[in-house]
Amino acid sequence: MMTNLLKKTLILTILLFPALARASLEIVITEGIDSARPVAILPFSFNGTTRPTENLAEIVAADLMRSGKFSPLANIKMPQRPAKVSEINYAAWAREGVEAIVMGQINEIGIDRYTVSFELIDVLKGNSGPSSQMLNAGKLVTSNEHVLDSRETTINGSQFRQYAHRISDIVYEKLTGERGAFLTKIAYVLVRPDHEFPYQLVVADYDGVNEQILLRSKEPLMSPSWSPDGTKLAYVTFERRQAQIFIQDIYSGRRTVVSTFPGINGAPVWSPDGESLALVLSKDGNPEIYTLNIASKALRRITNQRAIDTEPSWSPDGKELVFSSDRGGNPQLYSVNLATGTTRRLTFEGEMNLAGAYSPDGSTIVMVNRTQGQYHIAKMDRQSRFLQVLTKTNLDESPSIAPNGSMIIYSTMHGSSQVLALVSMDGRFKARLPAIDGQVKSPAWSPFL
Amino acid sequence: MNLNKVLKALLVAVPVMTLAACSSTSSTSADDARTSGTTEQVTDTVQVETAEPVVSPAEQMRQKLEALRQENTIYFDFDRATVRPEFVEVLEAHGTFLRANPSVRVTIEGHSDERGTPEYNIALGERRAQAVVSYLQNLGVSAGQLSTVSYGEEKPVDRSRTETGFAKNRRAVLVY
Repeated sequence: MMTNLLKKTLILTILLFPALARASLEIVITEGIDSARPVAILPFSFNGTTRPTENLAEIVAADLMRSGKFSPLANIKMPQRPAKVSEINYAAWAREGVEAIVMGQINEIGIDRYTVSFELIDVLKGNSGPSSQMLNAGKLVTSNEHVLDSRETTINGSQFRQYAHRISDIVYEKLTGERGAFLTKIAYVLVRPDHEFPYQLVVADYDGVNEQILLRSKEPLMSPSWSPDGTKLAYVTFERRQAQIFIQDIYSGRRTVVSTFPGINGAPVWSPDGESLALVLSKDGNPEIYTLNIASKALRRITNQRAIDTEPSWSPDGKELVFSSDRGGNPQLYSVNLATGTTRRLTFEGEMNLAGAYSPDGSTIVMVNRTQGQYHIAKMDRQSRFLQVLTKTNLDESPSIAPNGSMIIYSTMHGSSQVLALVSMDGRFKARLPAIDGQVKSPAWSPFL
Repeated sequence: MNLNKVLKALLVAVPVMTLAACSSTSSTSADDARTSGTTEQVTDTVQVETAEPVVSPAEQMRQKLEALRQENTIYFDFDRATVRPEFVEVLEAHGTFLRANPSVRVTIEGHSDERGTPEYNIALGERRAQAVVSYLQNLGVSAGQLSTVSYGEEKPVDRSRTETGFAKNRRAVLVY
């Protein structure tokens, strides 16, 4: 009967994988737009007959707004609609407070072929008058200093969304100096209790669009973790009525069981070099942290305590793990050096601290903090140990950090539903991704793809 | 001689029927054999009477199991895995049954409420399941009859996220 279920699940996986499910997530900004920098994303001009279905400018504007760092000007507030860079009235844009403009063109060059070009313009540099023009060989020419970037590429009709995220990445990096994370994905578990297969493993673009179901199961699915190359997920499945850890290739659907010991097989997390998983096993009586070499299957026990040790997370250099343990009476975060075994307690504030994870630069640890019975996402500076609570939402859990360290996605309650939410690393910007149908759990932000 | 054979057959049949009763997928298959007798032709020269069927050991066990299934949940305090005194009686009933039927196996599912993180709750659920296992072992149930699985916060019975709901979800369930 179990093999039957497994077969069914596999068949469903394979059948469903290519199907693009309708997006069931949308983003509602809840806090923090005032501090953002004003920019303008002009509607892209179009030459051709078959208009692309996606609106590039809208996608770019939404990306930049969601980063919490930018406030795109509404179309009706735009003082002019220049067709090319030379037509820009910089003074008019500067009066609106706009510091940068994105403008672009789409040319249909064949059946389902388009060239897309865009320019990113610095309004302040453009507005500084004569300095933007100079004499060159006796002729007055325009300096390109105010054009921060300019690109052209050829795509087909299905690639507009992806290319829009690419434009957002370029704009974001030019204006902030930090790499953009708009061309990334999130994996999560969707629970629909009334469905025949209530537990679904899903990946979607970071903004919730292009939802793809990778696995449907009658029994719980947990803890998806991305391989560093972004092609595989490790996760926990209860399809055999015991916890097992599987690795699934997200493009081929191929599944491999990697851990199926008696008791807990939980919390798999890929090492930065992609060769090992940190995981939790209770085969020796109580939950302990192990590392598992995926190729050789070599298992190494890291903790040895008569307490709950769980939720391992790798430091960016792969030399250390942060984990949760109740060895001190209530769950707090600890770190262990994998070479020396030296273990340190990291958190002392709050009734509990759980689910610790390093920021990509290693400077910060993000966690779930419980204070006065409330579970919130918090961060702690690794050096100063200063702990800052970032969220005000209810029953927050499963924080996962964007690969550029700018945002945290986590799961929380909204009304009676479990939903995903975003908070910027500085806590100033907050947004919610409401699910139309079902409970959304265990988000995991992909690496750069 | 004949009686001996019947007894032997019964000894074999009891565990088999137990197994059938344990499996959730074919829980009805064991009961149907009784109805397959041939129907007698009705004549007016005889009158047919029926006797009360003797409750077979297998049937007794089935009834006992049914009763135990009705009361198979132990509830816990927040972040605790200690068996509360009010559940001692329930566990003793299960313990007595399991001791008397050493071929019966039971899985103890550990669960938590939705507060805290899913991974910590898996660990907490396992602690609860293990607390029940230790209790039953202290009552003399053999370790081989007992297995555990922790579902943590993944299978709540009440999704209301109220204190009452949380209390219903912090549980260990004995599944035969």
